[in-house]
Amino acid sequence: MARWTANDLKIPQGRLVLVSYLSVGLVILLLVGFWKLQVVQSGHFEDLAERNRVRSIPIIAPRGAMLDRDGRILVDSFPSFSILLLREDPKAIEKQLPQIAEGLGIGKDDLRQQLEAAKNEPKFQPVVIKPAASLADIAFVESHRADLPALELMMVQRRRYPHGSMLASAIGYVGEVSATQLEESDGHYRPGDIVGQAGLEKQYNETLEGTDGMRRVVVNSVGKVMRTLDNLEAIPGKPIQLTIDYDLQAIAENDMADKEGAVVAMDARTGEVLAMLSRPTFDPNDFAVRIPVDQWQALDSDPATPLLNRAIQAQLAPGSVFKIVMATAMLESKAIPETMTAFCPGYATFYGRTFKCHVFGKTAGHGVVDFHQAIVQSCDIYFYNVGKLLGIDRISYYANALGLGHRTGIDLPSEEQGLVPSEEWVQRVFHRKWYAGETISVSVGQGAVTTTPIQLARMIAGVAGAGTFAQPHLLKGLANLRPYHFAISDDTVEKVTQGMYGVVNEGGTAAGARLQNIEFCGKSGSAQVIGYDVRNRLGKQKEFRDNAWFVGYAPRRNPEIVVAVLVQSGEHGGAIAGPIARDIVKAYYDKKNARSQQQADASPGAQPGAARAVVATVGARQP
Amino acid sequence: MKDRPHVRDFDWTLLAIAFTIAGLGVLEIYSSTHASAMTGMQWKQMMWMAAGVAGMFLISRIDYHTLLDQAPALYIFGIATLLIVLAIGHSRFGAKRWVTLGGGVNLQVSELMKLIIIIVLARFFSEVRTDRLTLADLVKAGVLTLVPVGLILVQPDLGTAMVLVPVAVVGAFLAGIEWKHWAAGAVLVALLIPVGWNMRHHLKPYQQQRIRTFLHPEENPRGAGYQILQSEIAVGSGGFWGKGFAKGSQNQLGFVPVRYSDFILAALAEEQGFIGVCVVLLLYLGLILRLVDNAQKAKDRAGVFVVMGVTAILGFHVLVNASMVIGYMPVTGIPLPLMSYGGSATAFVFLALGLVMNVRMRRFVN
Repeated sequence: MARWTANDLKIPQGRLVLVSYLSVGLVILLLVGFWKLQVVQSGHFEDLAERNRVRSIPIIAPRGAMLDRDGRILVDSFPSFSILLLREDPKAIEKQLPQIAEGLGIGKDDLRQQLEAAKNEPKFQPVVIKPAASLADIAFVESHRADLPALELMMVQRRRYPHGSMLASAIGYVGEVSATQLEESDGHYRPGDIVGQAGLEKQYNETLEGTDGMRRVVVNSVGKVMRTLDNLEAIPGKPIQLTIDYDLQAIAENDMADKEGAVVAMDARTGEVLAMLSRPTFDPNDFAVRIPVDQWQALDSDPATPLLNRAIQAQLAPGSVFKIVMATAMLESKAIPETMTAFCPGYATFYGRTFKCHVFGKTAGHGVVDFHQAIVQSCDIYFYNVGKLLGIDRISYYANALGLGHRTGIDLPSEEQGLVPSEEWVQRVFHRKWYAGETISVSVGQGAVTTTPIQLARMIAGVAGAGTFAQPHLLKGLANLRPYHFAISDDTVEKVTQGMYGVVNEGGTAAGARLQNIEFCGKSGSAQVIGYDVRNRLGKQKEFRDNAWFVGYAPRRNPEIVVAVLVQSGEHGGAIAGPIARDIVKAYYDKKNARSQQQADASPGAQPGAARAVVATVGARQP
Repeated sequence: MKDRPHVRDFDWTLLAIAFTIAGLGVLEIYSSTHASAMTGMQWKQMMWMAAGVAGMFLISRIDYHTLLDQAPALYIFGIATLLIVLAIGHSRFGAKRWVTLGGGVNLQVSELMKLIIIIVLARFFSEVRTDRLTLADLVKAGVLTLVPVGLILVQPDLGTAMVLVPVAVVGAFLAGIEWKHWAAGAVLVALLIPVGWNMRHHLKPYQQQRIRTFLHPEENPRGAGYQILQSEIAVGSGGFWGKGFAKGSQNQLGFVPVRYSDFILAALAEEQGFIGVCVVLLLYLGLILRLVDNAQKAKDRAGVFVVMGVTAILGFHVLVNASMVIGYMPVTGIPLPLMSYGGSATAFVFLALGLVMNVRMRRFVN
């Protein structure tokens, strides 16, 4: 027997017992470990297991459409597919990248850049590599399900603006929710949500956006959907009907072409905005998918400010349109006899400074002008005198009373308020006294006074409407519209509107805007962007050409429609801006007349068939 | 007549515990794979169990003294096989561990080395004729162990390589290691840990990754820490009573990595809860204690070392695997003996139990 088998040593019983104890101790330690996970922390891990298992897929609610006053579609939404790249297998993606890039028509480097940009996001979050997939793209993804599993389709609702940049400034645009908006929404929005960012899209976002649905699915460890747990359908956003008239808008868009400026047409009785545009503008379709950063920056920093809605945001000197405020103040305050006349030799001197009339250098002046002719010919000298006699505080009082210097309250975000200067204002802002000479400039709508096109439209409509200022608005049937009243005597209204009638119909400053059978009235303005002195020094460069204004309305008393037109660098309000206002007013009446003609044709006597149909309908409604 | 060893002297209690554990394993393998492409794996596992049981009977017939007699030859055979595997074995999961036997059966040769090291070290420690190990003895035992450890390490298979070490440690302890050597060893290991930490850059990338993952499992939920985190989620979400058989979402939806093999305890913990884990771990404790009992009743020290070698390996497997599942240890690829799916590993356990039966049935002989 080998030496090692000799049984001369005892079995080490004690050490074996120690091994037993050690085993018991270790098993207890393990059980403590399991106890910690399974009993102490089990709730936490149950949450994590549930989060693993259940994936919530949002069902995007389509945004509501925007219709014009006749129900024509101005903005709508349509389903579209985004192509996602799942990034869970970077090696496979790297290998398939050329095939994917080619198949979807994306540059290889572009695709790499997109992946690079998403490098720090969690890997299970896919990257949108193509936001608006074409049918060919969708077919490519579907046909390569097996060999390119990293590609996935996601249905999204995209905003569509079928008329491109038409009405864009009022409509605004949508965009991905910003970090600030996310925070303020208090959980209402998720990253990547599309919300209204400007204009009506922003104003009526709550109505338009609807409620996203949610599909909860069980997924396995590789993200494959095993079954659906529940399905909460999306509630589509509600459509909104605007007061805009597509036909009038189209004429305004066409007339303005690529002129810089703004147009606002409004129903003077109700405040319904019939047309609104601002130039230059943008195409909201560019924002509907995902606007490239450089394109956004180009728009946002463009010195021509295409994102500005000049109709409510341009604060410019109103020029001679302001003379309507002066005329109203003169008659209403009774501080000056209404029979006042002034002699216009083309210039006048006040407080040792020479002030020119707009005809200076062209004619020998207006000669002797009375109240009516002062408006018709827009004589500056007459209104310098009116201003001097009224004083800045009276001017300021009436300007404010006629709605200038504060927002009209139109249902659009970011409306500007303009400025009506006063002694109190210079004291507060510049800590100095008001110079009497400044009053002279303000009298003809120059100097510190600034207004927006919408303010001027409302002001003219209010004066012609005997002191009833309708609330401008874009949403049809907007509730709680409270017109603002400022009593103006009938005599004043009559005299001022006679003046404005003369501007168009008596060889006034907007004689070219005259219309047959329509009492088209208005007031032109040519507002200096800078002082005459500076302009003379620099020469007549385009940048310093006068802004042309025309605010027209019809009929003369209690107007139905009012149109404010601003053409920046347009020089002569009556000649440049007047015809645009005229075309819109004409279109308004053409349409109105056509409609009443239609109604007349459809009357029971003319068409018995139609009458029977009406009777039948009425009969059917009876219980 | 107690002269001839007989099957009736098998430790049937021990076998009953082993079969209970293996049965629970088969059920959990079924639960983990029945709804997947790997369905039917439980039959393969049972086939391997049957083969292992047959091997167990065979190995129990050969007197362990005879086996120990052949220790040098077995050792050389084992080392040679490991070298051959390194040269010609084929890779699976990035490691050369497998040799193909006929009929498409792949054998993981390091499992064979476990059996051989048990026999070789039992022989070595039996040859120490005092109850006190000298430093020279310790060094020799260390070298005997570290040669195959090194060869398995370069396969690379850190887990299996580590499994051989407890055989030597438990053997040395039972053979009467001196306290000063014990302490010196402990100090050495304590010193080697920081050295090894600094040397970690020389580890294979997958090993570096595993260590990083172990230290920061939440760092990258879909990357390296994924396995441990998913295992913990499975275990934790199981709660006290479990989600029910084949009802664990982590298991059924495949979030638990290799849920039918290395992480089978996580799958079981999810579906059977803390109660199920208690049952399983207590069964393992019963198995270990029963093995120690067999060692205590062995006829000679050689028998003690054989049985305790088996105990050391099985105990180490259970400890490391269970710790990994709850995130106490890094992912090492050490399966849970008797439960995890795996042919070679399952066969090894039954063969090792065969060695134990071998010792037990000969305790009264002579």
